Parts: sequence; structure tokens; C-alpha cells
Amino acid sequence: MTAAATAPAESVRSANRPQSRWLGFTLRRGGRLLASLWVLITASFLMIHLIPGDPIRAAMGPTASAEIVESRREALGLNDPLLLQYWNYLQGLFTGDLGTSIGSQLPVIDTIAQRLPATASLAVLAFLVAILIAIPLGVAVAVATRRDRGRNLELGFTGSSVLMSSIPDFLLGVAGVWIFGVTLGWLPVAGRSGPESYIMPVLALSIGPAAVLARIVRVEMLGVLESDFVRTARAKRLPAWRIYLNHALPNAVTASLTLRGLLLSALVAGTVLVENVFAWPGLGSTIVQAIQTKDYPLVQGIVLVYGLGVLIINTVVDAILVTLDPRTTVAED
Amino acid sequence: MKTRRILRTPLGIAATTLMALVLLTAIFAPILWGDAAEVVDTDDLLAGPSPEHPIGTDNLGRDLLLRVLVATRLSVFLAIAATVIAVVAGLILGVLPLLLGRAGKPATWLVGIAVAFPGLLLALFFAVIFGSGWQGAVLAVGFAGAPSFARLCQTLVSAVAARDFVAAARVGGVGRLRVLTRHILPNIGEPLIVNATIGAGGALLAFAGLSFLGLGVQPPEYDWGRLMMDGLAGIYINPLAALAPGIAVVIAGLAFNLVGEAAARSLGIEVGAGPVRRLVRRMPQPSASPAIDASEPEHADTVLDVQNLRVSFPGPDGEITPVRGVNLRIRRGEAVGIVGESGSGKSLTALSIAQLVEHPGEVEADGLRFLGEDLLHGDEASHRKLLGTSLAMVFQDPMTSFNPTKRMGSQLAEVASQHGDSSKRDALARAVERLGAVRITDPERRARQYPHEFSGGMRQRAMIGMGLMAAPQLIIADEPTTALDVTVQQQVLNLLESIRRRDDVALLLISHDVSVVAEVCDRVLVMYAGRIVEELPADRLQEAAHPYTRALLAAVPDMQTDLNRPLATVPGRPIDPAQLPHGCAYAARCPLADAHCRTADPELTPVRDDFRAACWHAGEPLPNLAADAAADPFETAEQVEADQVGAEQAGAEQFGAAESIDVVVEVQS
Repeated sequence: MTAAATAPAESVRSANRPQSRWLGFTLRRGGRLLASLWVLITASFLMIHLIPGDPIRAAMGPTASAEIVESRREALGLNDPLLLQYWNYLQGLFTGDLGTSIGSQLPVIDTIAQRLPATASLAVLAFLVAILIAIPLGVAVAVATRRDRGRNLELGFTGSSVLMSSIPDFLLGVAGVWIFGVTLGWLPVAGRSGPESYIMPVLALSIGPAAVLARIVRVEMLGVLESDFVRTARAKRLPAWRIYLNHALPNAVTASLTLRGLLLSALVAGTVLVENVFAWPGLGSTIVQAIQTKDYPLVQGIVLVYGLGVLIINTVVDAILVTLDPRTTVAED
Repeated sequence: MKTRRILRTPLGIAATTLMALVLLTAIFAPILWGDAAEVVDTDDLLAGPSPEHPIGTDNLGRDLLLRVLVATRLSVFLAIAATVIAVVAGLILGVLPLLLGRAGKPATWLVGIAVAFPGLLLALFFAVIFGSGWQGAVLAVGFAGAPSFARLCQTLVSAVAARDFVAAARVGGVGRLRVLTRHILPNIGEPLIVNATIGAGGALLAFAGLSFLGLGVQPPEYDWGRLMMDGLAGIYINPLAALAPGIAVVIAGLAFNLVGEAAARSLGIEVGAGPVRRLVRRMPQPSASPAIDASEPEHADTVLDVQNLRVSFPGPDGEITPVRGVNLRIRRGEAVGIVGESGSGKSLTALSIAQLVEHPGEVEADGLRFLGEDLLHGDEASHRKLLGTSLAMVFQDPMTSFNPTKRMGSQLAEVASQHGDSSKRDALARAVERLGAVRITDPERRARQYPHEFSGGMRQRAMIGMGLMAAPQLIIADEPTTALDVTVQQQVLNLLESIRRRDDVALLLISHDVSVVAEVCDRVLVMYAGRIVEELPADRLQEAAHPYTRALLAAVPDMQTDLNRPLATVPGRPIDPAQLPHGCAYAARCPLADAHCRTADPELTPVRDDFRAACWHAGEPLPNLAADAAADPFETAEQVEADQVGAEQAGAEQFGAAESIDVVVEVQS
């Protein structure tokens, strides 16, 4: 009797749940994405205006004549009212015009288009390698060390992963160059040529995040393995591998997914350093040169691209989270 | 005092030693070797390691080892300076929402966006603005770290602001700034400093990165990042020139990180996952009580036969044994209830029968037979199949007992596809049919939903439906109604009852609630301190002989209970399974206990026809029961505390803390 009485109310409440979940997600996440985008664009626009003193004078050096500096200011539109400059900047963005490099006189967008693939492929590969190392390792160590088992394994794993994650990626790169490039001569020391040129930069980028991630996966997995629903799965007498992989892992992974997004975006920034170790012809080595030569339009453009990459990663991670874990309604943060 | 606590752990000792080493080098290296590190030797440019120059020289012939040591001061100083900037900026941004109220919202919003960008990217952005050179780089690294500290401050501030004393201060008219300085800042100081220490390690790496890119420290000054940059150019000639400063960065970074971690651990700020260990005193070895049922012939319709079941866990001071010698036999279609307070071992008994006790728990028994099959010996695969199809479990908390990431239908179907031969499709069809059988409306649609879309009562019915996927002979229900509303409890009990009647399924019901057990079961076993202390027919509970059973019954309020008086509880606290006395475990709480009770442990012996009790004074009249029953209200709080202790140790009695007060709450509502 009571069952019949409560059922209608329940079905009304949960009707059309999947649709409203995605709609709510799209609206909220889309709103945040737009807001972040606006902050990013505005920050990259304001960058040149926030520089103390006269950035053009600083860029061209004390020997440049006042006329040349003035004409360069004029060419960059820096003499216009700030709001007009902002408007022009936004207009330029929508038409794919990111300005012209002071150094090379080439459109910034062309330089980015030419350099982006090298950086993106490096970051994506490094991320995949990190995941492929971290998840199996974290799961295996969790299973082997759960409930006070394998004390020595736990100690060794924690110790080595802490050590690995505290070695900066560019130092790993330098050590790699020395061992595999200089001493053994197995791998190219610099540049982007064949597939083998990817090995060292990718490893240098991925080992640190992999160590951090493996530790997170292990901790999450240990927590999930103690949860009631894993006990339910055991009560169903499922084989151990099924309990670990099918019941525990998806829950452990969703819990660490947000962190994975952070690691991935940190990895994007890490490419800047690693590219400079390996003279990798990507955005990272370009932006450092641009900063050093005070080629502000180029710097602005690349900062925008990196920021955009980070935003896309975060949005994709959130979307995966909503797909994997039906309870997620993307918390406001 | 706290510092001493940090020093007591091996991690703390290692961290502090490393940190001292780094700081001493930072202070003294420039004084001792500052000038020597500048000595130019044009005869020895870019040399490799030699006796005079252990790691070689740079392009001006300066000794690299000395330069690495001298660079400690600038590297560490810059990292600390950047961290201070990050913490101060973060603190300002973090407390704005509290100080300005709604006007501080934009700060929260901006921090939320900025924190998504990696620190190095922010550092590059600010490096452009502030220009290269160490001053610009300090500002850049500092501001880049600010968003994450701001986020941390916001979280800490809002946690503290939600506490009672802050609310009281604000109601009392204390100004916001005063609340901040007097009440909030002192309370967030510790976690902030710990995180700042770890943050300094990060700043050190970030700084090394910036300098390595040529955007940080500029010549003639040098830090580790700068030395690495110079060294990389000559890696073919002298790899140590690039590696040595890198190793210095790692050591110093580790020092900051470890000190922070050690401090966090000893202050309990962010405790890592791990089993909580407690000090437990060694207990007297349980005297294995003789199997009282052993002589009786085993009936053909016996579903479960348990002889002298023991469950033990390792404790720091020897084994603890929360279940010590339980005998139990259940016939086909029979409903047996086990009652007791939490920590009595009743849930652990259920789990051990179901073979669900995990390492380091150890289950032993003289006999454990389910449907005639010996579960202690023999082929595990065939046990797996038998238990998977013939034994159904219903757990206490339906909210957490389903996998939140899998659809209900497939969670049920799994049982059939694992143990039966049915295809995925057939298994799913069976799942839908079973959901209907446990009176879930519209089972087709419900099967496609996730657990969180079900109400608590529906989930518990679905859990029972999952047990019915095969053809169970025994349902073990461990507190199946405790987590549910009173109105829903009855539905679940009715459902269990109808299944039992229809298919002649045996039921083992574990509950702390005597009234639930009395309603559903034929026979009741009362557990105390890991043993069955009384066994009696459910319809004659009022004739109970054991003083503990009688105290449990007295604690159940009925229509005549005077609700103006404090509700009765069982006086005293449940026994700690690690501290069992030599005599009767209940003696300390028992109004009938005498000297004999405290030295000799009574066995379960027949009192009359269907009654058995483990008590030297079974059936004797209780002195002054009414006065004892109206226990003072503080007893309940104590008991809850003791319950938590028991629950932690037994490792299986989850949600134990709520149980003893449940008795009170349920009847009130």
C-alpha cells in the first residue's frame, strides 16, 4: 500500500533526469567557460598595458630614435583610447587576427599554426603515457597493499613516487639528454625529427605527473575498496578482477578525474620548459624567445593559446565526469 | 610541543635534518665561499671534474661546486620571498568575501577562474609584465601562486566562519574585521603555514624553471636555475655542470615538501588514508566453549550449521577476538534473529558466515556448513557458485551499498550472468522481472536508472531483489531497516516476510532493535561481547532469563512509557572486545553479578524447554530494575562513544555509533 503511494511522487521527481542533467551541465559549465574565456582574453589584452614604463621603448632599446618608437606605437595602435584598443583586439580575435610579430613581421596566427602541432602532440602523448603508467600501477599497488598488506611495497612505492614527482621535468630532461643522448647515444639530443625524438621529451614530461597520479589512484582505490558497494560486489561472489576493474576502478577514477585535469593543464605549461631543454620547435621555445625579445603581440597570442588549451581541457574533464558519474552535477567552484 | 611531535616521526627527523642542512648552506656558503666562487681562472675554462674542481668549471673558469653551494642563498631566499607574496596576496583575496560580504563575490569568482590555470603559465604571464631579473621573477612567481592560496584561505575561512563561536561573536555585534583578526586568523594559521611550507618547495621549482628559461635571475647574479641553463649548453663536455644545480633544486624542494608533510601529519591537518590503529590491551584467550549442538543429529532441512565460530583481528598488543565461539543452526524457512548492542559481534558473525570477512580478519570454526557444503574446506570456485546463487545478503545502508556509477539493472543482472548460464539480455530481463517482484513500479524504466535516482526504501527492496536473482536458501539481513524511515521499515520487513513464506527461505536477521526481531523471527539469539548469551523463542521474549536480555527489553519503550522521563538504556557501556574480563563479560553491568560471576565465565546451558542462557543467575529476579532503567542522560553519550570504539575495532560494525541512540529515536518519531 505504502509502496504504491510513494511511487508516483518518485517517478515525477526523476522523470527526464538524463536530459536535465546535461542541460544543467551545459548551461552552468558553458557559463563558466565563457566567463573564463573573457578573463583570459582581457588578461592577455591588458598584459602589454600593465607593463611598467614604456614597453616599446624597452623592446627597441635605448638607442632607437623617438620617431621610430612613436611610429611603432602607432602601428600597434597603442596611442588609441584604451577601450577602442580593447574593441579592436576583440574584433581581431573574431577574425583570427592576432596581430603581427614585431620580430619576424609575420602574422602571429601563422607562427602559432606552424608551432602548435609540435607542442600539442607532445602534451597529448605525455598525458597518455602518464595515464597508462599511473592507473595500472596505482590499482596494482592498491590491491597489493590494501588492509595492511605489503608494508614494504607501500613504503617503496610512496618513497619512489614522492621522489619522482619532486624532480622537475626539465631536470629529468637534462638527465635524459646526458644519459641517453650524450653517453649512450641512443636517442637524439634535440629537435623534432622522427618518432624516436619524442621518447625523451614525452618521458620527461610524463614521469612526474604519472608518479603523482599513481599515488592518487592508489589512495582513491583503497578508499573505494572499503566502500559498501564493493562489499556488495563481493557478496555477489564476482571474481576479484571484476570487482577491482568493473566496480572499484570507475569510482576511483572519477574521484581523481578533476585532479587529472589539473595535472594535464600543468603538463601543458610544463612543455614550455621541456621544449627549451630539447630545442623542440613548439610554442614553448617560441614564447620564451618572444618574451626575451619583447615581441609582445607574439607573447599575447601564445598566452592566449595556452590559456585556451587549459580551458578546453578543464571543460572536457568536467564533461567526462558527468558522463562517468551520474551523480555529478558539476559543483560550482 | 607541536614541534617535538614533528620530530618524533622518522619522516619528521629526515625532513628537519634536510631542512637544517639547506638553511645552514644558505646562510654560511656565501660567507665562506662567496669570493672564491667568483675567482676567474682563464687557464681552466669549461673544464670537467678534477681534484681542484670536483664538478668542473664554467665558461670563465669559476669553480662550479662552490657556485652551486653559494647559489643556495639566493635560490632559497627568492623561493621564500615569492611564497610570502603568494600567501599575503592569497590571504587578502581569500578574506575579501568575509570582510565585504556580497561585494567580495567578484574576488571569489576571479580566484575560481584563475586557479584553473597552471602556475607556470601564470608565472610566464606575470614575468612578461614585471620583466626579467630576480625582482620581476619574485613578483611573477608570487602572484602566480596567489590564486591557489586564495582558494585555500577561502575554504579555511568559510569552514571556521561556520563554527558556533564565530556565529555567536557576530550575533553579539562583533565587527567583521574583529571577527577576522580575533577568531578566524588564529584558527587558520596552522594549516596556512603548513601549506605555505609545501608551497615554498613549489616556488623553488618554479623559480628554477624561470631562471632556466633565462627569465629569472640575470648575470652576474646566479641561482640554481641559471646555473642549469648555463650548464645545459656544455652538456657534451661536462654534464655535471647542468645536473649538480638540478640535484640541489631537488634536495631543497624535498626539504620544504617533507617538512610541510611531516608538520601536516603531526598536526592532523591532512591525514592520509590508512587504518586507524589504537592501543588495545591483550585479552585473555577465549576458552573455546564446547559445541553444544554437536551431539544433535544434523537434519536434512538444515540450511546453515555453525559450530564454535571465532573471528579475530590482529591488534598491536596481540589478537582481539570480537566473535568467540558462536553456535548457530538454521532450518529451512526458519527466521532467526540476532540482537545485541553494537560491538557485540553480531554483524561480524553475519559477515563471517557469508565468508565476507577480509584480511587481516581471521575466521575459524569447528564447523561451518551451508546447505551441507563445508565452507571451511574444499574447492573455492564451487563455494563461490553456491554462495552466489543460494545465499543472499541485505546490508544495512542501501544508500551506499549499490555502485553509484552503474545502472541498477546491470547491477542485478550481474549475479545471473556471473553464476548462471544466461546471456546478458536474459539476465537483464530477469533483473527487470525481479525488480517488479520486490514491488518496484515501472521496473523497465527503473532498471535503466542509477542508484541515486532510487529512494532509500526502493534501494533496499532492490537489494532484496538482487538476492532473489538466483534461488536463495538463506537471506542474511544485517540491520536491513536501520537506515530507513519508520514507515519504510515496515515495507521492507513485510517484503522479507512474504519471500520467506512463499519460497520457504531461511532468514538470519541481525538487528539492535529487539522489537523488529520479535516481529519477524521465530527464534532470537542475544549476543554480548562476541558470544550468544541467550537463546529463546521470539514470542516469549518476556520470559527471558538473562539479565542482559531483560535490560535490552526494558529499554524498548511501549505505549505505556512515560515520555516525560528520560528513555531507558541498558546501564553501563558495552564491553571493549580487547579488554574482556576473566569471568562473565556482562558482570560489570549486571545487577545480579557476584564474586563468582567475575571469575568464572558461564556457558550457554538450557534453562527450560526452548530457553538457553549463559548466566549463573539466570531467571533470578532483578533488584530495583526500574531505578536502573531510568539511567541518567549522560550514559547515552558515553555509550555512543564506547560504541564508536567498538565499531572501529570490529572493523565491520559500521554506523555503530548511531545504533544505541536509534532505539530511542525510532520510537519517539
